[in-house]
Amino acid sequence: MSLTHQDVARIARLSRIAVTDAEIEAVGSQLNNILGLIEQMQAVNTDGIEPMAHPQDVSLRLREDAVTEPNRRDACQAVAPQVEKGLFLVPKVIE
Amino acid sequence: MINATLKQLSQQLATGQVSAVELANAYLGRIEALNPALNAFITVDREKTLAEALAADARRAAGQAGLLTGVPIAHKDIFCQQGWKTSCGSKMLDNFISPYSAHVIEQCQAAGLVTLGRANMDEFAMGSSNENSFYGAVKNPWDVNAIPGGSSGGSAAAVAARLAPVATATDTGGSIRQPASHCGVTGIKPTYGVVSRFGMVAYASSLDQGGVMAQTAEDCALMLNVMAGFDERDSTSLERAREDYARDLAQPLAGLRVGLPREYFADGLAADVGRIIDNAVSELKKLGAEVVEVSLPNTQLSIPAYYVIAPAEASANLSRFDGVRYGHRADEYKDLVDMYEKSRAEGFGSEVKRRIMVGTYVLSHGYYDAYYIKAQKIRRLIANDFAAAFAGCDVILGPVAPTAAFNLGEKSGDPVQMYLSDIYTLSVNLAGLPAMSVPAGFADNGRPVGLQIIGNYFGEAKMLNVAHQFQQVTDWHSKAPAL
Amino acid sequence: MKWEVVIGLEVHVQLNTVSKIFSGASTAFGAEPNTQASLVELALPGVLPVMNKAVVDKSIRLGLALDATINQKNIFARKNYFYPDLPKGYQISQMELPIIEHGKLSILVGEEEKVIRVTRAHMEEDAGKSLHEDFHGLSGIDLNRAGTPLLEVVSEPDMRSPEEAVAYAKALHTLVTWLGICDGNMQEGSFRVDANVSVRPFGQAEFGTRREIKNLNSFRFLEQAIKYEIQWQIDTIEDGGKIQQATVLFDPDSGETRMMRSKEDAHDYRYFPDPDLLPVRISQAQIDATRADMPELPGQMKARFVEAFGVSAYDAALLTSSLAQAQYFEAVAAATGQGKLAANWVNGEIAARLNRDGLDIAGCPIGTGRLAGLIVRIADGTLSNKLAKQVFDALWESELGADAIIERDGLKQVSDVGAIEKMVEEAIAANPKAVEEFRAGKEKALNALAGQVMKASKGKANPAQVQDILKQKLAQA
Repeated sequence: MSLTHQDVARIARLSRIAVTDAEIEAVGSQLNNILGLIEQMQAVNTDGIEPMAHPQDVSLRLREDAVTEPNRRDACQAVAPQVEKGLFLVPKVIE
Repeated sequence: MINATLKQLSQQLATGQVSAVELANAYLGRIEALNPALNAFITVDREKTLAEALAADARRAAGQAGLLTGVPIAHKDIFCQQGWKTSCGSKMLDNFISPYSAHVIEQCQAAGLVTLGRANMDEFAMGSSNENSFYGAVKNPWDVNAIPGGSSGGSAAAVAARLAPVATATDTGGSIRQPASHCGVTGIKPTYGVVSRFGMVAYASSLDQGGVMAQTAEDCALMLNVMAGFDERDSTSLERAREDYARDLAQPLAGLRVGLPREYFADGLAADVGRIIDNAVSELKKLGAEVVEVSLPNTQLSIPAYYVIAPAEASANLSRFDGVRYGHRADEYKDLVDMYEKSRAEGFGSEVKRRIMVGTYVLSHGYYDAYYIKAQKIRRLIANDFAAAFAGCDVILGPVAPTAAFNLGEKSGDPVQMYLSDIYTLSVNLAGLPAMSVPAGFADNGRPVGLQIIGNYFGEAKMLNVAHQFQQVTDWHSKAPAL
Repeated sequence: MKWEVVIGLEVHVQLNTVSKIFSGASTAFGAEPNTQASLVELALPGVLPVMNKAVVDKSIRLGLALDATINQKNIFARKNYFYPDLPKGYQISQMELPIIEHGKLSILVGEEEKVIRVTRAHMEEDAGKSLHEDFHGLSGIDLNRAGTPLLEVVSEPDMRSPEEAVAYAKALHTLVTWLGICDGNMQEGSFRVDANVSVRPFGQAEFGTRREIKNLNSFRFLEQAIKYEIQWQIDTIEDGGKIQQATVLFDPDSGETRMMRSKEDAHDYRYFPDPDLLPVRISQAQIDATRADMPELPGQMKARFVEAFGVSAYDAALLTSSLAQAQYFEAVAAATGQGKLAANWVNGEIAARLNRDGLDIAGCPIGTGRLAGLIVRIADGTLSNKLAKQVFDALWESELGADAIIERDGLKQVSDVGAIEKMVEEAIAANPKAVEEFRAGKEKALNALAGQVMKASKGKANPAQVQDILKQKLAQA
């Protein structure tokens, strides 16, 4: 199977990455090459094999419910693009 | 002094033959002279380095020095370090001064290691050639026309060129072993979960693992003693008793069973690399090792499985780079979505964007089972292959890469060709096993070639033992490029 | 055409932990913006989530209370979408294996009990807040709420009216506050409801297309929004239109619902297991221990109140609408041995007065001891209902006990036969017309005479005795 320009545009949109009309052809053909490589998997029978999400079969460790993090707002906001009154500013959010 | 190993530097510092400040100055001078040609460092900050060195000397004067206090180190630019720019090789984080430090950095600082600077890398650790850095490609110190390997190319080049005696690095699909091999240094990627990922900018969370590069296996063991250990801030960090990774270095290799996977010596392996690996195996035989053939039949499938799982995880891991709280924000945009799309299009390089889009696609509605679940099943098959192989041997040996370092620009236009060169390293990450690259010779074109040693889970000390014994009877690891 | 309404609810229950689900940042409400957003909530590069044990513990309690399956292995997943109040670009939630499945919760519809099935409940992190006040036309992002633990409780589409939906939401609200796992504060967003609403012609088997009303933070809005939405859907279909699946918001000012514009990628969240978090495993021993530690639940307590105190099912349901209320009632009923009387007073005067003053039972100025004192005096005939209300007013305003008030204000009921006979005789003598009417068969005239007696006694005569003696005297004369 092969991605159309519309598919590429949809993936780019979901990824929130601007892809211009000029780029779409090249991006699409590279993605198609990669998907072609990935397709090799389909030749293998994996019936009954349990998916492996993680190298070790261990359980999640849980921490006690306690407040341990201090307020570090000033240090963290020193690297922010735009802040005012302690808030991060972004273009108007429309709900 | 510049060719000294960690062990030697540690002794010189202990006897007062050299101070931390003198060492730092010596390496900073060398970086100043050679880095413009090699581009191994993204950030060097003489003032900060000397402040750390002064503190190390003070600590020693106060009688509180550890084994490595005052030894200089380069950190891959993927480990967040408070007060230092942590760019991860990306324009996205070009303005990011980290407000906190990674566990690995904290451990190094607690040991008194002195930060020389921040090593160049492929953007967000995605790449096998170091050509994907926003700060430009790193050059291989053995041949400036060659790639140094990636993604930890800056770390490998720095150690090879003796710009640093040791460097931290990370390995998601071979990013420690492959550049170590291409630059002729010793590198180790521990078992997944041994080194905390806290503060290590995530690429593919279930595959990423921190490690180290140095001249010798012994140095790697000493560094692993510093870097490894349980960290409650990483839920995948393993709670294990502390171990001394240097404890078995001197063990003789008599009776060691060495597995050679037939799939690692099949078509596609360059003849000169094959010969070098054969010679290395012969050396080990002389030391008493016994060779057995093993099979890893799903090796070929590691490439598609990896290039599904890693991009899928990366596509989510890199969503936080949105220009809202830190990092690059486009100058002009018409609304919120436009701000996201432009900031990310400008902030990420093309390989990173490609992997994000591949990941988005394989996870998207209707494809999850066909790609992601399928890849995870293949991951299980690959782990099972290793389990079967390790039933008959103690370590597995093979090449790290099919060829010695290729030329800069040779594969940068063809991602798939680049991916295929990861064939011998990806399986290890999928299984979560430890592995090393150890200098083993030079290819016909004069570029270094490493021997890969793969251990069983938590077999670091065993691998280091094999590598150290190999380095007692060979001198590939002590060869340095003429610069 | 006659339409059937189908409603399912998704309730976000904020769990009352002191720290966040994946970090040690405080969850306290109302702090200065972003002062409780730690490195983890800010999603700085390299930070990782570490799970809060209390979230699992509290979730198990709700699972047991809903008589649900606790999945002893459950898994966190990433739900991917971009939004400025979601710093990682994904929400850590649960998809394929949630902690709780297959529960049920019974509600009272009129006098009928109805069981609503709970499909699942999963643990997840809350998002931050976007503030739209004027920042030069920009929005401000506050991440203090980000990472607050939520348990999202999803029902089957089992409700058939707005009233049922409200009853279910209230029953769940009662349960989570009863268990002490949620503060229940709806103004602060601790209990938020999404309603999936559809309509279909009566008798049709398939469901209609649903629309989801997001983020309803009061029971009143829930009811208003569903009512509006039902009418809108019926009108749309009857006008020949079709319902499109959509996410809508309720505007309390206009009383209308409107489409959300920000949810266009909603159909593709690209869920996958979060590789930063391992499977949560819960031992049978932990489940057993939690079960042993569970309080008596509202349903169980309701049945016991009917059984032990003889109160009606309706009254028992009201009394068990919160644990504090139930405990209040039980203390009064046990102290007085007067279950019905106690139920009447708690559900009647106390409820009305608390409502008037905007208080809840915990803030009730009359403690259980003082209310019991009042009820004892009603039961033993010291106080008529009318006098009891006077004493109640005084109890509400003062610190005195019922007996002290009765003493102070001279409110004791007069039950002395001689004294009442005297007043009755006087009333008969003074109202010959009424006496005549009564004898002519006009029963109402008796009330007029009784009223005169009560007036003469300043309301203190025992009304039952007055009636008896009046009848007696009129028959004699």
